[in-house]
Amino acid sequence: MSLPTVEPDSRTAREVAREKVDDVVIRFAGDSGDGMQVTGGQFTNTSALVGNDLATFPDFPAEIRAPAGTLPGVSAFQVRIADYDIHTPGDAPDVLVAMNPAALKVNLRDLKTNGILIVNTDEFEERNFKKAGYAADPLEDGSLDSYRVFRVPLATLTRRALEGSGLDAKSQERCKNFFALGMAYWLFSRPLEATVRWLEKKFAARGDLAAANVKVLKAGWNYCDITEAFQVRYEVEPARLPPGTYRNVTGNTALALGLVAASRKSGLSLFQGAYPITPASDLLHELAQFKHFGVTTFQAEDEIAAVCAAIGASFGGALAVTSTSGPGLALKSEAMNLAVMVELPLVVVNIQRGGPSTGLPTKTEQADLLQSLFGRNGESPLPVLAASSPADCFLRAIEACRIALRHMTPVVLLSDGYLANGSEPWRLPRVEDLPDFPVEFRTSPEGFAPYLRDAQTLARPWAVPGTPGLEHRIGGLEKQDGSGNVSYDALNHERMVRLRAEKVERVQREIPDLEVHGDPLGGPLLVLGWGSTEGSITGAVNLARRAGAPVSRAHLHHLNPFPRNLSEVLARFERVLVPELNSGQLALLLQGRFLKPVLGFQKVQGKPFFRHDIHQRILEVLELVR
Amino acid sequence: MTTTATLSKKDFQTDQEVRWCPGCGDYAILSAVQSVFPELGVAREKFVVVSGIGCSSRFPYYMNTYGFHTIHGRAPAIATGLKLARPELEVWIATGDGDALSIGGNHLIHTLRRNVGVKILMFNNRIYGLTKGQYSPTSELGKRTKSSPYGSVDYPFNALSVAIGAGATFVARSVDVFQQHLKQTLKAAAAHRGTAFVEIYQNCNIFNDKAFAHLTEKEVRDDALVELENGKPLVFGKARDRGVRLNGTELEVISFADGFGPQDCLVWDETRPNPAIAFMAAQMDSPRFPVPIGVLRKVDLPTFESGMSAQIQRETEKRGAGSLDKLLVAGETWTVHEDGSIS
Repeated sequence: MSLPTVEPDSRTAREVAREKVDDVVIRFAGDSGDGMQVTGGQFTNTSALVGNDLATFPDFPAEIRAPAGTLPGVSAFQVRIADYDIHTPGDAPDVLVAMNPAALKVNLRDLKTNGILIVNTDEFEERNFKKAGYAADPLEDGSLDSYRVFRVPLATLTRRALEGSGLDAKSQERCKNFFALGMAYWLFSRPLEATVRWLEKKFAARGDLAAANVKVLKAGWNYCDITEAFQVRYEVEPARLPPGTYRNVTGNTALALGLVAASRKSGLSLFQGAYPITPASDLLHELAQFKHFGVTTFQAEDEIAAVCAAIGASFGGALAVTSTSGPGLALKSEAMNLAVMVELPLVVVNIQRGGPSTGLPTKTEQADLLQSLFGRNGESPLPVLAASSPADCFLRAIEACRIALRHMTPVVLLSDGYLANGSEPWRLPRVEDLPDFPVEFRTSPEGFAPYLRDAQTLARPWAVPGTPGLEHRIGGLEKQDGSGNVSYDALNHERMVRLRAEKVERVQREIPDLEVHGDPLGGPLLVLGWGSTEGSITGAVNLARRAGAPVSRAHLHHLNPFPRNLSEVLARFERVLVPELNSGQLALLLQGRFLKPVLGFQKVQGKPFFRHDIHQRILEVLELVR
Repeated sequence: MTTTATLSKKDFQTDQEVRWCPGCGDYAILSAVQSVFPELGVAREKFVVVSGIGCSSRFPYYMNTYGFHTIHGRAPAIATGLKLARPELEVWIATGDGDALSIGGNHLIHTLRRNVGVKILMFNNRIYGLTKGQYSPTSELGKRTKSSPYGSVDYPFNALSVAIGAGATFVARSVDVFQQHLKQTLKAAAAHRGTAFVEIYQNCNIFNDKAFAHLTEKEVRDDALVELENGKPLVFGKARDRGVRLNGTELEVISFADGFGPQDCLVWDETRPNPAIAFMAAQMDSPRFPVPIGVLRKVDLPTFESGMSAQIQRETEKRGAGSLDKLLVAGETWTVHEDGSIS
């Protein structure tokens, strides 16, 4: 194969057709060391800055560097860009960039027929076919005939672009993802500037690396520009998003910002206790940067210490948060019960992942709903909220803090791996529009007892150590109503069980009614979801409705207590479809609570729902297809 | 409101009925703590007593301060969070051998290595009392209990060695019935700014009566114990006729009858930066050695909470107090205008 000579920055004025598309899904796939997450992230940021609506789905293995070239080592980043309001990162890619045979093997099945496939031919050799489980070269055996295949020796071209750069071979090799990115930028008519800026900042201390990566990025762009193989460039117009200032945000970043905002709005210092766990660690990384907001982040010796330290900080009057993922939540359960018993505010963030046990650490799932509600000894009610999109994580974090503080209770806030790492454009709220919720500590000893309750909320007073005259003792033993003294009295215990439940139930007074999108007055089918499935459900319901299907949707952000009108909403619809990334946990709750039969719809593959999954099920339930 | 000058022992007693067994060593420890607190020059509302689970952990209910009776083994973790959030508070932990060294072992060692400014009083009775008599991590090898009817095959922990091994900056031992020594040890602990770990030999007269009698009874204590006093040689015995010396890399007991004298004994220095000798002293056990009481180690290191606060202060000074508006617009942003244009 003769290779074209690429002079960086040479731009030939070749005639290239331009085609407008409204919506495109691109997936970058390679080895976990190939920099696919960075590549996808850069494509995303650039697309955000040109004004597309977008959604991303990073998908990577639990191993940091699985053996190179193997199937378990494949890391991928999918991004969907559109000129209209989208809700999901897309079901199937239109474009797949495969950096090696393993990446091709794992991802090809998702690529749309006639989709664009860019392969790095440098890795297509005997040794790698074996690792990927190919008997023969897939580029030669006709198996790719239904795709538009572009064979590009990425590593060779990268090396060529860097000839004379003085970089060693290994460092040169590491730049090749930017060649692929440059190609993608050309193909989708994106500007290079944002990535160039990013590289210059990232490698501020290594000017040679910044220059090399920029050179390779441009080389990738130029390669497409001058190679006759590429005949069409695609354009995706900016989306018509509501006016405002936007940034691209992942769920974990939005959560961190929401917690800092809650600290400001409540006037309390933020204390986070955490132990590293995938996919929740980013929350610790983010908050650790915010020392100048008075944030204390405590990386504890284990999950139990993390929640216990947060409870200690809460006793001391801080806005206390602990963050974890499923297995960590299991470890925290005894301490969460202590918070239930001593009625101190605490926010427990659970970024759900595939379970049980260690399960699928980097994959998403919604299977901790029942654990959050019931996974503790004794009668142990606490409010449970769930965020529904990366941007929603921000407001949900503030709401969780507000409920915890106002009602003196631990609150579980559920997110998941899909929201945590996925991103979308976020219209920034105005800080002054976010309501304040100042906290008043008890200071007067007049008539003080630690378990007297607020008539409205049933919250007990928050009397923090250091306050003269309010010395008191709390603990995990049952409390006497009012005085808070240890009590083993039978009737008192039952009264306290009911009081704790009633206190949580009263949170319902402050949460908004469930909103029905579609036909609010009812109809043949309601799709009711919770948490991170909102995007897929919205996309599927909108698609079905555009074709005239009588389907509506509603989405729960409050799992305990439920919105007060939920029972009545359920009654308005003949059938209720409940899609969940678990084995039917919300469905079980709804049927148990409201005696309303619902149709469960489950996917437990460590992956989010495709819009297609839910759309198809809607049509089946409505008997529009068989 | 509370003026420290007028505080007395009575101010630290609660109206709660104390529910330890009659004759329990915990009463003596409670009395010593209630006597020492008013002498520390700290307002009552600044004291917080945190405990885990076990007989000893009922302690906060009987102290008229702020108190938190938490869950098994976790008191050090809860106290760490409290101290980080409120460094100005005096946080004391009451714990036992099972609570601190078994279920809570991890939190104990990490609290010690971080040098959190809390005081840990570990009541060691070498038995699980509240669960009615199982062997504990400090029970001696071969101990027969309900859960070890043929004798325990667990090698016990030496609490002081654990603490020193974990990097504790203050390590001491006292005995429930030695009121003066106990109070003096508690005061030394209170004066230490990092983590103070105090093991208190405590008699459980129900499930492990006289566990320390061979060390603490009047007739034997002078021969069985050696009191560590900073700057003084390790001399012991009723007639003060024996001592402990450092011979090469080993400690050994010497008898003055053999021509040795106090000048040959190891002079105790609790401030040695190297913990090796303190560790060797912690390992001294009967009958080969006199068992040490007093302060084994006292070194000054910055506390965890001061390091954390300093970072917050430094970053706030460097970057200015955080602005929420600026935080939200950090990174790459774009604006969609009313006419749909983007900038």
